Amino acid sequence: MSVRLKIMAAMRQIANEQQVTLPPIDDDLSLHETGFDSLGFAILVARLEDDLGVDPFTISDDATFPLTIGDFVKAYENVPA
Amino acid sequence: MSPREIFCLRDYLRPELKGRTVSDARQTVSLTDILEYSCLGGRLGELSGRSVLLAVADQLTSGLAMIEIDGVARRMLLCPPDVNADHIKTLMEDADIDAIVTDIPSHWSAAGIDLLGVRSLERSTLPAKAAQATEWLMLTSGTSGVPKVVRHTLEGLTGAIVADGPTRDAPPVWATFYDIRRYGGLQIFLRAVIGGGSMVLSQPGEPIADHVARLHMVGVTHISGTPSHWRRLLMSRAASEFAPSYVRLSGEIADQAVLDALSRAFPGASIGHAYASTEAGVGFAVNDGLEGFPAGMIGKSRNGVEMKIEEGSLRIRSARTADAYVGRNVAALTDDDGFVDTGDMIELRGHRYYFVGRRGGIINIGGLKVHPEEIEAVINRQAEVRMSRAKSRRSPITGAIVVADVVLADNYSAGNAEIRERILADCRASLAPHKVPAVIKFVASLELTAAGKLARHDA
Repeated sequence: MSVRLKIMAAMRQIANEQQVTLPPIDDDLSLHETGFDSLGFAILVARLEDDLGVDPFTISDDATFPLTIGDFVKAYENVPA
Repeated sequence: MSPREIFCLRDYLRPELKGRTVSDARQTVSLTDILEYSCLGGRLGELSGRSVLLAVADQLTSGLAMIEIDGVARRMLLCPPDVNADHIKTLMEDADIDAIVTDIPSHWSAAGIDLLGVRSLERSTLPAKAAQATEWLMLTSGTSGVPKVVRHTLEGLTGAIVADGPTRDAPPVWATFYDIRRYGGLQIFLRAVIGGGSMVLSQPGEPIADHVARLHMVGVTHISGTPSHWRRLLMSRAASEFAPSYVRLSGEIADQAVLDALSRAFPGASIGHAYASTEAGVGFAVNDGLEGFPAGMIGKSRNGVEMKIEEGSLRIRSARTADAYVGRNVAALTDDDGFVDTGDMIELRGHRYYFVGRRGGIINIGGLKVHPEEIEAVINRQAEVRMSRAKSRRSPITGAIVVADVVLADNYSAGNAEIRERILADCRASLAPHKVPAVIKFVASLELTAAGKLARHDA
């Protein structure tokens, strides 16, 4: 499964657990429009770290906060696993 | 020597300061002539010398009631809306409560205590002078047991505000993401009242974009919140229009990433992180843009705050600390020398001290405290589980999250997704969202200490 698909699967799983209805997901969707709160994102980043072996937001000294789904996926794709 | 003059909040609300308001998402109230109005239906006199529980849902009415009651009642216990209903009776007994100010009198009718319902503001003359120095009682935040009742004086609560002095520019418009019934929020409310400014309150459930639009519209200049509040705001894109001149962080460790992100988001703002707690009061503020604090701040400062480190934790002595815990069988708030042990563990790296966590392994999830034991108790009650350990894991989003290592009983396979689902479902049903483990890992064993206790390396 690609990194992108893994991220989407993890998001759907968390949305299901948190009883959040995800809007249609595309790269331009801003993260706050997903309906996830900060706890939801914290769970997502932790599970992806276990799944992909990387947490791009902690590794980077220059930690920037992604704003969109596209930025979020890119952060994982740009880190050598 | 003459007796010290008693002062109260009303003394800061002089009618010559025009244009002052306090607002939430629903209404705006003028502070300029607030002393001519009452939200207690003119019944303030009934609270004279009483021990009052202030249990009003909305912050704005609570704030107005604080202004009225201060200087009249013997003591006033600020009750945040999230206090566990099972704890209220104990807390009221601890504080000797004999009157309740509430917006829902029917909710309290069984308490057998005098009730005073809050109402819309109506004309009424408040006493000009304080009859007594009202004790301000606050609750320690969110541990699993009954919160402690902490006693402050207005003088102690406002020590840091008076020390900072008035702002040089126009009176500030303050806002905070905190609830003003909690120490961090009350500090901001008092700053607004004492500093001659205005105040914009948060509204539970309000989307962050709407909240920020409101802050922008009212012209908020000074704003405070926890690092988690700020991370949430930074992720929301909502901040682009908003340009405060002072941004303050407190309540959690402010790491370099969040400080840097805030200075990028608000290039015109000065950004400071403050150290304060309900018990220790306001310790200090750091305004150099760096995490931690300069080593030179340990010791005595000019503003009367003295800090030391003992057994790895920060200890504070000052006139701003709480006076005592209130109630039966309460522990001493300070050591024999008057220092409050903050329980915050710090370490020296180079010429700065850095916060490393809480003593005792309490997990702090975005400002909410979690005892790992209460999570383990839920996990352990599953038939398939042998033992478990909940612990914190660093998170770039909330500072920390809860994860759990679980040892399954014999006969159960770690590959069994149903067990994981069942544990999580029970946690979700039994625990607040931030206490539900984000990740559950099945492990073969968990380390024990020599005394036979579960080893907690993150303590």
